[in-house]
Amino acid sequence: MRVYLDNNATTIVDPHVFEEMEPYFVQKYGNPNSLHSFASETHPALKDAMQRIYAGIHAPKEDSVVITSCATESNNWILKSIYFQYILTGRKNHIIVSEVEHPSVIATAKFIESMGCRVTYLPINHEGLVDAQSVRDNITDKTALVSVMWANNETGAIFPVEEIGEICKEHNVLFHTDAVQAIGKLPVDIQSFNVDYLTMSAHKFHGPKGVGALYIKKGKELIPLLHGGSQMGGYRSGTLNVPGIVGMGKAMEQAVDALDFEMSDVKEMRDAFEDELLKIKDTFVVTPREKRTPNTILISFRGIEGESMLWDLNRAGIGASTGSACASEDLESNPVMEAIGAEADLAHTAVRFSLSRYTTQEELDYTLEVVKNAVERLRGISSTYSYAPEGHESGLDAHH
Amino acid sequence: MGMDSLIGGTIWDEYSQKVTDLMNNPKNMGEITEEQAEAMGAKLIVADFGAESCGDAVRLYWAVDPKTDVILESKFKSFGCGTAIASSDTMAELCKGKTVDEAVKITNIDVEKAMRDTPDVPAVPPQKMHCSVMAYDVIKKAAAQYKGVDMESFEEEIIVCECARVSLSTLREVIRLNDLTTVEEITDYTKAGAFCKSCIRPGGHEEKDIYLVDLLEEYEKEKMATAADASASGANLDFAQMTVVQKLKAVDKVIDENIRQMLIMDGGDMEILDIKENGAHFDIYIRYLGACNGCASSSTGTLFAIENILKEKLDENIRVLPI
Repeated sequence: MRVYLDNNATTIVDPHVFEEMEPYFVQKYGNPNSLHSFASETHPALKDAMQRIYAGIHAPKEDSVVITSCATESNNWILKSIYFQYILTGRKNHIIVSEVEHPSVIATAKFIESMGCRVTYLPINHEGLVDAQSVRDNITDKTALVSVMWANNETGAIFPVEEIGEICKEHNVLFHTDAVQAIGKLPVDIQSFNVDYLTMSAHKFHGPKGVGALYIKKGKELIPLLHGGSQMGGYRSGTLNVPGIVGMGKAMEQAVDALDFEMSDVKEMRDAFEDELLKIKDTFVVTPREKRTPNTILISFRGIEGESMLWDLNRAGIGASTGSACASEDLESNPVMEAIGAEADLAHTAVRFSLSRYTTQEELDYTLEVVKNAVERLRGISSTYSYAPEGHESGLDAHH
Repeated sequence: MGMDSLIGGTIWDEYSQKVTDLMNNPKNMGEITEEQAEAMGAKLIVADFGAESCGDAVRLYWAVDPKTDVILESKFKSFGCGTAIASSDTMAELCKGKTVDEAVKITNIDVEKAMRDTPDVPAVPPQKMHCSVMAYDVIKKAAAQYKGVDMESFEEEIIVCECARVSLSTLREVIRLNDLTTVEEITDYTKAGAFCKSCIRPGGHEEKDIYLVDLLEEYEKEKMATAADASASGANLDFAQMTVVQKLKAVDKVIDENIRQMLIMDGGDMEILDIKENGAHFDIYIRYLGACNGCASSSTGTLFAIENILKEKLDENIRVLPI
């Protein structure tokens, strides 16, 4: 049996999405910006897709949802554009981000920091949450932008974006949220609170890879990151990714339709699975359930290094994660676990299971059995659970 | 960069079959109790290394024959990734039947080589080499415990890169001999820094006492100091490019080394008053002292001698003008 429980990394493309994309490879391959029927035959589907994407986040027509190549591009764009427009010109000198943003925000923040921008990295608390008050405490009259993600990719923790948006409005500071982990898991209505920019990524909600978007509120225009042939209203040059946009539109429509299922059925399955996992002794979950996206569990198994757990899961055909897939090649522990300040010896033991509407009860039952066996085997190997003669001074707690 | 590094691979694909097999079924995983050691007539040694907070921790059990120092049985327990478990297992295997003194000589490189499927293909990807270092450290810990000595006493040298076991003295020597200026060059010459990269600069996986960047800086400073000394004495500079102070020092040096001695023997001396650029010429104003003052030769033979030696040693366009 193969079980995919890494849906915060990427998702299966919904077959209906793929079906709608298919004609735009071999049959309708025209460049939408040309002047002939090959071009114009792509227009109806593109218009539909844009309407679906706008509707998905309740964006009014006068605002812009610019299609990009991925969420990383969107996040780079907003931060670098703020740097060019506000920091480099000397109008402002400061931005605020949370310390657990996606690497595409953190690395870009560090880059503009190296170019002279002051950056505040907001800490998260013991539950893995950002305190909106800390935004207020750090805003100055020189703050250009606050960027705080809607939901965290590792813990699923939902951050108080409504409150933060309100604080930004009070202080007349621009507000961006990376909503990559929110779309399809939480109701996203940009008109229900103050937000100026919002990042999306199609492949996180059963759309294709290589398509993302940045929502830009009217009057909060950005300078382009990609200059060229003035596609996307001059905001983002580059030939339109027709199948990608079509796929993103369909995926958005389906995500909205499936939202209730996600928030009830998927959540129920997740909760029951989590209850069972927590019955295994010495297991820990950091963020309370009601403060998390409905599909995510980040759980620590004491005495088992995360990669070892992935190894045993993978041998049984199960795909999970120790955190951000982008970080799995280095040796570092889960940065979110470290930021939460969980007992240091648990930082390397975190494993993330992220479900989707495609996850079945049968898959979770199977996974639970595999996890139980893996815990038994790996704790059998683990020095944490090993014999020491009487009077032995353990050196295992000391840092080396 | 290049094609191979553009699309990240799965680190597990780079594990040898041996590593995979040992991770799945470690052979020497387990414990030795006091009772079991006693039954063998052996002394039980339990040594720990690492910490879960660092991501790797290993506990090594030895039953050592106190008469021969031979390790009769060797087992391990490990908190860590696949590489850590497989290399702990291999390490425990390599210890068996060796004396404690022989076991101390086992390095992480021996452990890694023992896990290879074919002699020239590494058993683990570079960033995982780090996880085998602990297997080496814990042997030292166990041996130290058995012998009642300090663990450091087994280290003959300071090791900067533990993964590739490159010492401080080797690095210093290679950097100087080959005039290395970048970390990449050091890695090319010594393999230091090619693995977990902790030793390159602060902020890596593990904190170090000394980093490769420190060694480069040390060498850079040394070169700068040498250059400064050289330029202060004007050794490597064209006379024309020297500052006034450097010119004065250079002229003084030449006079000291070639002329002053002769003047003093005759009961005289000279001093330099000024150096002026005069069109294409450098005019050096001097004053004779003691017996030289008023000596007939001072405006002929001696003067030509001084001028010629300065021309020869420093610059063709020097003229010496006694006041």
